[in-house]
Amino acid sequence: MSMRDEILAKVRGAVSSTPVEKRHMAVQQRMDELEVGVQPYEISKKAEMIDLFVQKAEAAAATVVKCAASKVEGEVLDYLRSNNLPLEIKTGENPDLERYKIGKHKLLSVETGRTHGDDMVTISTAACGVAETGTLALTSGADNPSSLNFLPENHIVILKQSDIALHQEAVWELLREKYGKGGMPRTMNFITGPSRSADIEQTMILGAHGPIRLHIIVVSN
Amino acid sequence: MKITTPEFKKNAVEALQDEQLQKAMRHVRGNFIKKRADAAAAIDNFEAMRDRARDIKNHTLDNLDIYLEKFEERVQAQGGHVHWAATAKDAREIFLKICQDKGAKSVTKGKSMITEEIELNDFMIENDIEPVETDLGEYIIQLRGEHPSHIIAPAVHLNMDQVRDEFREHHTHLPEDRPMEDPQSLLTEARGILRQKFINADIGVTGANFLIAETGTSVIVTNEGNGDLTQILPKVHVVFASLEKVVPTLEDMSQILRVLARSATGQEMSVYTTLSSGPKRQSDLDGPEEYHVILLDNGRSSMLGTEFQEMLRCIRCGACMNHCPVYHALGGHAYGWVYPGPMGSVLSPGLTGVDKTGHMPNASTFCGRCQEVCPVRIPLPKLMRNWREKEFEQHLSPSSHRRNLKLWAWVTKRPGLYRLVTKVSRLGLSVMSGSKGYASWLPLAGEWTKHREMPQPEGGTFMSEWQKRGGKS
Repeated sequence: MSMRDEILAKVRGAVSSTPVEKRHMAVQQRMDELEVGVQPYEISKKAEMIDLFVQKAEAAAATVVKCAASKVEGEVLDYLRSNNLPLEIKTGENPDLERYKIGKHKLLSVETGRTHGDDMVTISTAACGVAETGTLALTSGADNPSSLNFLPENHIVILKQSDIALHQEAVWELLREKYGKGGMPRTMNFITGPSRSADIEQTMILGAHGPIRLHIIVVSN
Repeated sequence: MKITTPEFKKNAVEALQDEQLQKAMRHVRGNFIKKRADAAAAIDNFEAMRDRARDIKNHTLDNLDIYLEKFEERVQAQGGHVHWAATAKDAREIFLKICQDKGAKSVTKGKSMITEEIELNDFMIENDIEPVETDLGEYIIQLRGEHPSHIIAPAVHLNMDQVRDEFREHHTHLPEDRPMEDPQSLLTEARGILRQKFINADIGVTGANFLIAETGTSVIVTNEGNGDLTQILPKVHVVFASLEKVVPTLEDMSQILRVLARSATGQEMSVYTTLSSGPKRQSDLDGPEEYHVILLDNGRSSMLGTEFQEMLRCIRCGACMNHCPVYHALGGHAYGWVYPGPMGSVLSPGLTGVDKTGHMPNASTFCGRCQEVCPVRIPLPKLMRNWREKEFEQHLSPSSHRRNLKLWAWVTKRPGLYRLVTKVSRLGLSVMSGSKGYASWLPLAGEWTKHREMPQPEGGTFMSEWQKRGGKS
């Protein structure tokens, strides 16, 4: 018997006296039903959801601005200037950014691709904003390489207001729609505020290995 | 790591006399308890979430064989590899083979307790592979040649001046007059040093907070972002996970996430929760070319189907040790093996054998705080008591201890005699206390009274008070 089969046989012998066929049915049922558990909020109005998202993201030390699609590039420039950063950004091969006309402004230099750690500022787009915790959901791909989320000191994330959902489970529905049941992108990142560590004397300090600042631009439709 | 649990008493005395440790442990008592309590109180249905988290884990453990097979199938369907390891040695060898195939010389590591359990770092060094711990706390203790003293805050036993001394000693290429006066400057220094290590690594190793059967996904939950740099940048990502980490669906993971961070650090959500599935896809611009999951048993399957199965619900939040008066007094190292505190006291004898770490469950006052805060409601005091019984049954406890227990059992089985003994003891204690109201020395309890006073008993014995209130004997 292979090591795999030995371990599985040992587990099978220990877990239950119920016949394995019966247990297979119970497991299949659970995988089909995808039952949602206990959730913390009951909010149905979109405006309240958006407020909650902003409140929670700010509580996690992210900065948030809201603007119209036509103003996104202006917000990016404002952010760079107010933080005394060079007017250069790295972003993925992201068709969404065309819509926001990022890079049309001749002051801002835009490079596309992954980052190797020498970019000060990167821009990504979020697939979803989760209001319950102020969390962004980002899926990896040519449009949003994961290195952009972790290597720079400043990470700007653009989130469409219509993509804000109340609870985390909304993201799973979205992924199943896009990648098929059981399918996933290589990496799905939940990001809640900039990186931090409390490993020295339990004092929470922002800016551990990931970004020191996380700036979220919520785009109204 | 060498098990020092049999020398627990000596470890404990040393820990109590260690001024640096005692100073550091004050941060645990204050911070963790309040943060968790605030987070739990901030939502209305935290207790219902705990119930459901417990039920999800119970269901999964009852069908663990099936969920593991499903997980494996999904990983393979996405181009990843699953390896099964019965023992620590098997896991190390599987990993070495992967390293050799890739000619790997440098391995970055995200925080992982099971790589501590299987002593992966020492093994890598023996095989000329450099392990680089990248979590700030883990990095600090790696420099010091120590093991984690807490499962989520590995350097919680240290103070800032100790970290500064360590950085001064090791980071000799940096200017001597650099700022090192606060945690911020020390963190920035470590960030700068580890940056290049992330980029140069051949293989990245992470643990897993969850494995998702539905999608063949491994999940890590972190605050620093080191686990992500560890797995995105090198060509190969190797995940070490123990069998019980699997959950059925993404929804089930969401439910457990809601109790995990709140119980651990009082955050509603940790900064980074990362789901990894297979190697990078064709269109991806970054990510690993290979994805391996090493599934470790190492004694867990022997706990399944026994009274200790409930321990396998543990999600490693650390709340039990954050609330444990014994852990507060001693820190994690005194327990003598990888997993300290209440969860360690139940898990360790299960993994190493009660003959090796059976002393751990004795290091409890059974105050019950661990069970009160456990997000998946593991009855930790009950399980520690079960280990004590096993220790007694296997004749592992000292003979004086056994003799006294037998004597006590003999007396309690004779109610008349028991009442007489309590009456005499009460009288004796009152006499010994004199006018002070407490006794500073008691016969047969000299060790105990060396550090504390025994207060004078108030009122009569339980039975005499009971009868006074009209109760029947």
